[in-house]
Amino acid sequence: MNSCPDAPCKLELTGITKWFKVDGVPLKALEDVRLHARAGEFVSLIGPSGCGKSTLFNIICGLLEPDEGQVLLDGQVASRRAGLVGYMPQKDLLLPWRSVLDNVILGPELRGENLQESRREAKELLPLFGLEGFADAYPAVLSGGMKQRAALLRTFLTHREVLLLDEPFGALDALTRMELQEWLLGVWERFRKTILFVTHDVDEAVFLSDRVYVLTPRPGRVRTVIPVPLPRPRARSIIASPEFATLRYQLLEALALR
Amino acid sequence: MRRNAPVKAPGIGQAIAEYGPAVLLVALVFAAWEVATAVWKIQAWLLPAPSAIAKAAVDARGLLGPHLAQTVLETLVGFGAALAVGLLMALLIDLSATLRRALYPLLVVSQTIPIIAVAPLLVIWFGYGLLPKVIVVGLVCFFPIVVGTADGLRSTDPDLIALLQSMGATRRQVFFKVRVPASLPGMFTGIKVAITYSVVGAIIGEWVGASRGLGVFMLRASNSFRTDWVFATIAVVSALSLALFLAVVGIERLALPWFYTKAREETWEEM
Ligand SMILES: Nc1ncnc2c1ncn2[C@@H]1O[C@H](COP(=O)(O)OP(=O)(O)OP(=O)(O)O)[C@@H](O)[C@H]1O
Ligand SMILES: [Mg+2]
Repeated sequence: MNSCPDAPCKLELTGITKWFKVDGVPLKALEDVRLHARAGEFVSLIGPSGCGKSTLFNIICGLLEPDEGQVLLDGQVASRRAGLVGYMPQKDLLLPWRSVLDNVILGPELRGENLQESRREAKELLPLFGLEGFADAYPAVLSGGMKQRAALLRTFLTHREVLLLDEPFGALDALTRMELQEWLLGVWERFRKTILFVTHDVDEAVFLSDRVYVLTPRPGRVRTVIPVPLPRPRARSIIASPEFATLRYQLLEALALR
Repeated sequence: MRRNAPVKAPGIGQAIAEYGPAVLLVALVFAAWEVATAVWKIQAWLLPAPSAIAKAAVDARGLLGPHLAQTVLETLVGFGAALAVGLLMALLIDLSATLRRALYPLLVVSQTIPIIAVAPLLVIWFGYGLLPKVIVVGLVCFFPIVVGTADGLRSTDPDLIALLQSMGATRRQVFFKVRVPASLPGMFTGIKVAITYSVVGAIIGEWVGASRGLGVFMLRASNSFRTDWVFATIAVVSALSLALFLAVVGIERLALPWFYTKAREETWEEM
């Protein structure tokens, strides 16, 4: 399985520009960001801290409006797009008063779908997300990795075709992180979602993605797009290959450009 | 090991560990008191010994019963009214910034009025019945409830709200699924403060004009130099306040199991 050059465009951003006002001083967070993701593609965004990655996600999921540019979903301008994509914010943001099970079915619940049905589906997926036996646990008793997986399951259960994952593994130790990366690829291949993935980690970006967008420091612009033609399914051993090393170097170079 | 079980009712061993020190301290104070009254031969109308107070309480239990019932009634009705008004006000304050600016100063001022000065007026206006006592209890109780609940509503994590909005939630859904649950710990904090003051509120209400109630009984006992009965009544008032407080704590633990998870308890213990 390789990247999907012929698949239709699921998501497209046409020159997004975003200004903020900080203490009355205008600050340009994003400048003319153009990017797209095809159906079933795994696309990563990498860029220095503060370059506007989370802002971009907030724009795509409808929390913020861009000052210029548009968000296209399935080729259509999506003006009211809250709830149309699955968004996993940088923090896990589980509702502390809800059990894991009731947290992960939040998406269907908000849309007024059958709760029994949603719970049944969620229960079936708990083992795959490493949460077996924790259906009734409160978030406070979960480990950091489990919280992230619960937040991911919640995002998957929104049943949206496009998922935005904002640094889902940023706060985890290297080993857990590696495990979750492999696991995420498995889940992605099984559910055939279109994923937009924010990361700071060059290895993570190469290992997971079909394409990587490299953003500039603030204001965030697309500096370059690097395709990752590594074969799929990918195993961890791929990081020892010369192809991986080359891509990694290419990406580092692109990031380090002044 | 799964650590997700809500805290169970404490076993005997835990209960001793938790309440043992307080019980021991109280016992020591009472013992010293008992010894002191005996050694210095303090007159009973000045300061009766704890044993004499206990005896007086047992002797007067037939008398105390109806007074206690009256005070409990005033306290519960007054507290119920305070809860209803308090929650409503918290909601209004939360709904609009204008209302908050209009109401908040008034609320604070209402708490600076000395209750002891207002209570006689209430009797003049509303007579000797239940109403003036209910109003005094309500005045004492509603403020902590308003502040606790309003602060709870305001302190909701804005990121949680944004998350729900990104999922397409309506304002109503955001309110009921995020803001209300997030406000509950603050609300219970307010309720715990309020319930602690509530009984004393009822007593003050009774002092300025009533025919029944622990406050009336206390006043009569004091006027006839039955200091042992005064102390017995104080003990009953304390026990009643404590019982109400513990009832609220019990309800809180049942209502907010997520807030009292084992992991969190252990952290508190360490602090
Ligand atoms: N609501 C806001 N109001 C004002 N400024 C904001 C707001 N949100 C973000 N910014 C600013 O916009 C810039 C981009 O922020 P953003 O959170 O998108 O960065 P990021 O790329 O996600 O960073 P990180 O990798 O650290 O998460 C920052 O300088 C930030 O201070
Ligand atoms: Mg960010």
